Amino acid sequence: MGIRFILMVNKQGQTRLAQYYEWLTVEERRALEGEIVRKCLARNEQQCSFVEHRNYKIVYRRYASLFFLVGVDNDENELAILEFIHLLVETMDRHFGNVCELDIMFHLEKAHFMLEEMVMNGSIVETSKANILSPIQLMEKAT
Amino acid sequence: MTMHGMRGLSVFISDVRNCQNKDQERLRIDKELGNVRNRFKNEKGLTPYEKKKYVWKMLYIYMLGYDVDFGHMKAVSLISAPKYPEKQVGYIVTSCLLNENHDFLRLAINTVRNDIIGRNETFQCLALTMVGNIGGREFAESLAPDVQKLLLSSSCRPLVRKKAALCLLRLYRKNPDIVNVDGWADRMAQLLDERDLGVLTSSMSLLVALVSNNHEAYWSCLPKCVKILERLARNQDVPQEYTYYGIPSPWLQVKTMRVLQYFPTIEDPYTRRTLFEVLQRILMGTDVVKNVNKNNASHAVLFEALALVMHLDAEKEMMSQCVALLGKFIAVREPNIRYLGLENMTRMLMVTDVQEIIKRHQAQIITSLKDPDVSIRRRALDLLYGMCDVTNAKDIVEELLQYLSSADFTMREELSLKAAILAEKFAPDLSWYVDVILQLIDKAGDFISDDIWFRVVQFVTNNDDLQTYAAAKVKEYLDKPAVHETMVKVSAYILGEYSHLLARRPGCSPKEIFSLLHEKLPTVSTTTIPILLSAYAKILMHIHPPDQELQSQIWAIFNKYESCIDAEIQQRAVEYLALCQRGAPLMDILAEMPKFPERKSSLIKRAEYSEADTAEQSAIKLRSQQQTSNALVVTDQHPANGATSPISVGELSLVKVPSMITSENDTSTDLSQQNGALSNVDTQPPSADLLSDILGPLAIEGPPGATVQSEHNAISGLEGGSDAVDGSAIVPVEEQTNTVQPIGNVAERFHALCLKDSGVLYEDPYIQIGIKAEWRGHHGRLVLFLGNKNTAPVVSVQAIILTPAHLKMELSLVPDTIPPRAQVQCPLEVVNLRPSRDVAVLDFSYKFGTNMVNVKLRLPAVLNKFLQPIQVTAEEFFSQWRSLSGPPLKLQEVVRGVKPMPLPEMANLLNSFRIMICPGLDPNPNNLVASTTFYSESMRAILCLVRIETDPADRTQLRMTLASGDPTLTFELKEFIKEQLISIPTAPREAAPAPAAAQPTPQIPPNDPAAILAGLLS
Repeated sequence: MGIRFILMVNKQGQTRLAQYYEWLTVEERRALEGEIVRKCLARNEQQCSFVEHRNYKIVYRRYASLFFLVGVDNDENELAILEFIHLLVETMDRHFGNVCELDIMFHLEKAHFMLEEMVMNGSIVETSKANILSPIQLMEKAT
Repeated sequence: MTMHGMRGLSVFISDVRNCQNKDQERLRIDKELGNVRNRFKNEKGLTPYEKKKYVWKMLYIYMLGYDVDFGHMKAVSLISAPKYPEKQVGYIVTSCLLNENHDFLRLAINTVRNDIIGRNETFQCLALTMVGNIGGREFAESLAPDVQKLLLSSSCRPLVRKKAALCLLRLYRKNPDIVNVDGWADRMAQLLDERDLGVLTSSMSLLVALVSNNHEAYWSCLPKCVKILERLARNQDVPQEYTYYGIPSPWLQVKTMRVLQYFPTIEDPYTRRTLFEVLQRILMGTDVVKNVNKNNASHAVLFEALALVMHLDAEKEMMSQCVALLGKFIAVREPNIRYLGLENMTRMLMVTDVQEIIKRHQAQIITSLKDPDVSIRRRALDLLYGMCDVTNAKDIVEELLQYLSSADFTMREELSLKAAILAEKFAPDLSWYVDVILQLIDKAGDFISDDIWFRVVQFVTNNDDLQTYAAAKVKEYLDKPAVHETMVKVSAYILGEYSHLLARRPGCSPKEIFSLLHEKLPTVSTTTIPILLSAYAKILMHIHPPDQELQSQIWAIFNKYESCIDAEIQQRAVEYLALCQRGAPLMDILAEMPKFPERKSSLIKRAEYSEADTAEQSAIKLRSQQQTSNALVVTDQHPANGATSPISVGELSLVKVPSMITSENDTSTDLSQQNGALSNVDTQPPSADLLSDILGPLAIEGPPGATVQSEHNAISGLEGGSDAVDGSAIVPVEEQTNTVQPIGNVAERFHALCLKDSGVLYEDPYIQIGIKAEWRGHHGRLVLFLGNKNTAPVVSVQAIILTPAHLKMELSLVPDTIPPRAQVQCPLEVVNLRPSRDVAVLDFSYKFGTNMVNVKLRLPAVLNKFLQPIQVTAEEFFSQWRSLSGPPLKLQEVVRGVKPMPLPEMANLLNSFRIMICPGLDPNPNNLVASTTFYSESMRAILCLVRIETDPADRTQLRMTLASGDPTLTFELKEFIKEQLISIPTAPREAAPAPAAAQPTPQIPPNDPAAILAGLLS
């Protein structure tokens, strides 16, 4: 399946966006997010971007106060996911102009729209920023 | 950026953000939930905009980790909104909040279909995305053809088609039985001619799924994939938008190379040459650059190319290039590259011929074992473990031992297990092996499972030249001030057996050994005391001439424990005392333990499932081959004691010594009991799946060779019989001519699996069948894990499912051959049509060597798997209870011959069948009330209510009342529960008229005095 979930968490450990591609109950999500935050946020810059957790991996990247954490199957290409995170951030940058935590927080719906254009059911669907953003532009025109 | 008017949402989000603590946050959220709930109640007053706003609030609250159990319908209803903004919110929030089993989704299916076949392509995209994320069976049934059409349609724009590809992928993965992909090879090949990189990216994911299932059908796609890869690698006709830091879509490159890894080889010389040129270019042309993103992206492609080269395992020169690259990577400073270098080197071990080159990097890898990053340490550990063989075992294991003292807690268990396995597999000499295991116990006793010390005891017992050494060694450890309890166990065992060999050494007189052991007794737990007692009895026996003082000291200890509350300790104390006082027989009975039959290490067995056997001959392996004659020692004869009658462990545990002592001739039984006693230190029954492995090693159990066959049959006859009866519910009993005996009790394994979702269904010397199941509503997905335990292939494998009428079952293709030490997974889909207690049977056969083996195994797709516990309130319960007034919807029966059990145990039993006890509903404390929901395709979910009235004066009878909205279900569930209550382990269908008068059953918890008493009285 590839990607199991995408999380955006700030450095206090608060979830700012969560998209799961497998069904988990609220309790399971809470537990999982807690475990992952504990594991990843304690790591430093000299450590690698991959953390093994349960039977899968977390590929993560930090941008200022925000952590992007992606859970993937063990056989997934880690570096490709690492750069996919960056592509997501660049796409948000293009839309918001220098995206920050507050943008994602207060424009939750747009963050979701973008993610939805990029990943479907755990597979990458689009990597062209223009194509990813066109439905959002369409919507902005409509309102 | 404005919020497009959703001010309320912003205000709410910032309110939550400003909360000082979790309590405040909860208060604010509860308030908002109340508000939203109120607004939803009065739907008429809601504008589309308001609906949208509230639905987003719900999603936000849900994301924060709070349950939102209402309003789902509102989200779903927005899907049918005519305008884009509302519809979009409806689709997105629905796919976040709901899953495929949600009933509301079905309500939307028509709207979704209209959107998919409609002309508005933005609506098409929304609908395809939602179905692609959460579409279930109904969606597959009604939409798959439409989605396929869209994917291939030339009039559709890429933005729709790329979504159709992934939507189809989901429908196919979830329901391969519905989405028919026969003949798709041509269409996929046609799809790969597409120029649009977005469509190609998602089509490639679809292709991975198709090819991984059956690569044979898709050979025609192979050259096309190579062509796409070539196009990207040469950067021909790649739009700027798909170029990432100068690299043509690294993601599509990676995916394409992934597809190629599912084809075993590439036959066509032209395609092959083209591919190797591309790979060569990637291997040679990837330089380290300053820009992190560019560097990562190019290395993502490089690592995938490495994997593909390894998979194709062809060009010698290219392979050494790969190893050289990886060697470079594991030494660089960049942690990501170092991590991936180690990971890929471990994968590379699977390829032959490169081990020697990898060994050159051993020093570097050992350095990584001390890396500050735990992720890297783990990779290094895995790699060291994989590359270990006889030539480097000493170095590697010693490194692991050294590292053990400083390793973090989370890694110690894995580390010590791996060290133990390597020590056993590759020991250059056995005394080194003993050293390693004792060091492991010393340094990481808490992480040493019982099987590790069982194993060392086995080796010491079976190798005479090791015994003195081991005894001296454990004594050294006992002299230390602090000793781990596992060390006490292993020392007590070894010193009990062999300390007499040391008697002439200073400090090793029986008396000194005894006091050394005895001073540990106050610090150990009740599981260790029996081993100490055995050691005392053995020490006493070895003293010539008898030492009166020591004897009275030890007798006093036995005396003291004669009234111990722990049954095992008490029994030993009583028996040893009785034996000691009889004098002469003691000599025979407490003589040295006979050699253990050679059996495969459970540790190594554990490890072998995941790795290929690259082992060279190690000392232990050689030994075991030379010593195969010992394997039958137990059953052939007892050389030390001259006993004759071979007894298997199964029987041993039932033999009660006190009654035997009276007959002097019967020493063989006593002896066996003696030997057996140690194996039973742990009182858990060795039946359930892995337990038999873990607890097994000390058990005296003949291997399934011809010599012991008859005894085995004699003892297992009973079980075999009951199995046949069980199976006969559906299958006519056939003559079982198998010469291969199952390991463990097949019936017990089945019953264990009825209560849990994964475990071993069947095991014999050649094969192991494991099961993992997931149950959702009336659907079940089982995976059968067929594991070949041997170094030769298992052939003519056949698995046929005998499906009872109430189930729909579909087993995916089972390969004819299982390669050596390999495990194949066969998914099995189950749909429950209606209630029934009939059981599906797996008719499994295979050939190993000249053995044709056929077994019929009941599958745990039983009634209770389709139950979902549900908690109902008193009001709900009683209103339902009253409305279901009598037969056939409500049935009552007085059940006699019930296995007596305390009420809480009965409650646990019901709960374990997913029938949920509702405490407090029945005022009478002797009654149980429970509820559950039954899922079937014909009736969906039906609520079932159960009431059981017990009689505290007579626990063998009770009155049971069952109610549900379906007469068959009521009857079947009643019978099902009755079967469970009457005789838990085996449930013969014929039992109904004359319930098998409560046989004592193995499921009585051995430590529950009430249950044991009840069992005795019945």
